[in-house]
Amino acid sequence: MTIAFDRRSLLRGAAGLATAWAAPRAARAQAAPPAGPFSLPPLPYPPSANEPHIDTQTMEIHHGRHHAAYVSNLNAALRDHAQLARLPLPDLLARLGEAPEAVRTALRNNGGGHANHSMFWEIMGGRGGAPSGELAEAIQRDLGGFDRMKADFNAAGLRVFGSGWVFVTVDRGGRLAIVTRPNQDTPLMEGGRVLMGNDVWEHAYYLKYQNRRADYLAAWWNVVNWEKVAARYAAAKAGTLGV
Amino acid sequence: MPFSLPSLPYSYNALAARGMCQETLELHHGKHHQAYVTALNGLIESKGLQGKTLEQIVAEAGRQGADGLPVLNQAGQHWNHCLFWQVMSPDGGGDKLPGHLASKINQDFGGLAQFKEAFKQAGVTQFGSGWAWLIVAPDGKLRVTKTPNGANPISTGEGTPILGCDVWEHSYYLDFRNRRPDYLQNFLDWLVNWEAVATFLQQGGMKTGQSA
Ligand SMILES: [Fe+2]
Ligand SMILES: [Fe+2]
Repeated sequence: MTIAFDRRSLLRGAAGLATAWAAPRAARAQAAPPAGPFSLPPLPYPPSANEPHIDTQTMEIHHGRHHAAYVSNLNAALRDHAQLARLPLPDLLARLGEAPEAVRTALRNNGGGHANHSMFWEIMGGRGGAPSGELAEAIQRDLGGFDRMKADFNAAGLRVFGSGWVFVTVDRGGRLAIVTRPNQDTPLMEGGRVLMGNDVWEHAYYLKYQNRRADYLAAWWNVVNWEKVAARYAAAKAGTLGV
Repeated sequence: MPFSLPSLPYSYNALAARGMCQETLELHHGKHHQAYVTALNGLIESKGLQGKTLEQIVAEAGRQGADGLPVLNQAGQHWNHCLFWQVMSPDGGGDKLPGHLASKINQDFGGLAQFKEAFKQAGVTQFGSGWAWLIVAPDGKLRVTKTPNGANPISTGEGTPILGCDVWEHSYYLDFRNRRPDYLQNFLDWLVNWEAVATFLQQGGMKTGQSA
């Protein structure tokens, strides 16, 4: 199905976006929200790199607006909590229970959002295909092979009701599992590690796939960068994998 | 099938000039809402819902907590969208509210502007998918609240919804992209069918008349 945008909504959308893009720069210069400790990582490829499976506009808004908002809200929540602000993000997320109640939810939502999206950009920008080597063996052993993994991962992503993520987790021994989390929660919050994951918030796919989340889940495998995923797998086994 | 998709009380392009384009309404009503109805019908037998009204199903599923979620997700969303279509209008928005609703809002919020700010705040702070609500609380006072995903104030037991705004991203992504605050402001300023809200206030809420 293609969506025929009428002229009016197209114009309104374009005008709205132009305003939206221009505003934050000016605001940043004036109001100076805290610059750290966290910052938005640049996309490791042009926003068009995942076309046609993930459209450029979605990439731009997703990274430049949604992810940027998580980072700035995370920094704002940490403003008066210097001790917490010194923690690496995985540690901060694993120790949310120790955070003051006043900022705990903000840290959970925005810290989770920052971690999840940072992982997400890293493992995309590729050309799909199939995993190889040690990672392929682990997928065979723990997830019943690559085809089975994709089917189970897509089914899990489809079952998430509302906003959330579907992940493959990896432990120090290299064991893999498919899990889902609501909103911006992440297995990092239980001290786990994420090998890879897909964002099933509607903002991740609505401009191109609208209500058809299943189509998005299926197409997403075409942009996975398996070299990056393999590097994350090796890092997990070495105990050096971060977010 | 017992539950059915109610037709929109206006045409698919009726709200386009007021910030909700035809594509949004076609997808939202024809695809999203329809999917909830279809899924709910598929649960009637396995979940033993026969003979219950939609309102009963929502309340009972809410009381069951996590166990009730599979039913609440679909039943709640069916109810929520039924209300949502009713509380918007091509002649909506503005600040001319039916008298008894206006005075109730003045009494309980201090004024329309204060109500709008509270409602917008509820919608903006509902993290992820969900809804912002104006309800009649058990003590008879109007209150603003929010719920995640398919829940609503009937399922949480908070009160009787008389106005609801969908803040799932599918409600506003084509029209407003990531700008949820602008969507909520537009909803309040241009879309709310105050006549319908006033009627629900008088009648003790919306009854869908649908049952399994
Ligand atoms: Fe996202
Ligand atoms: Fe909706």
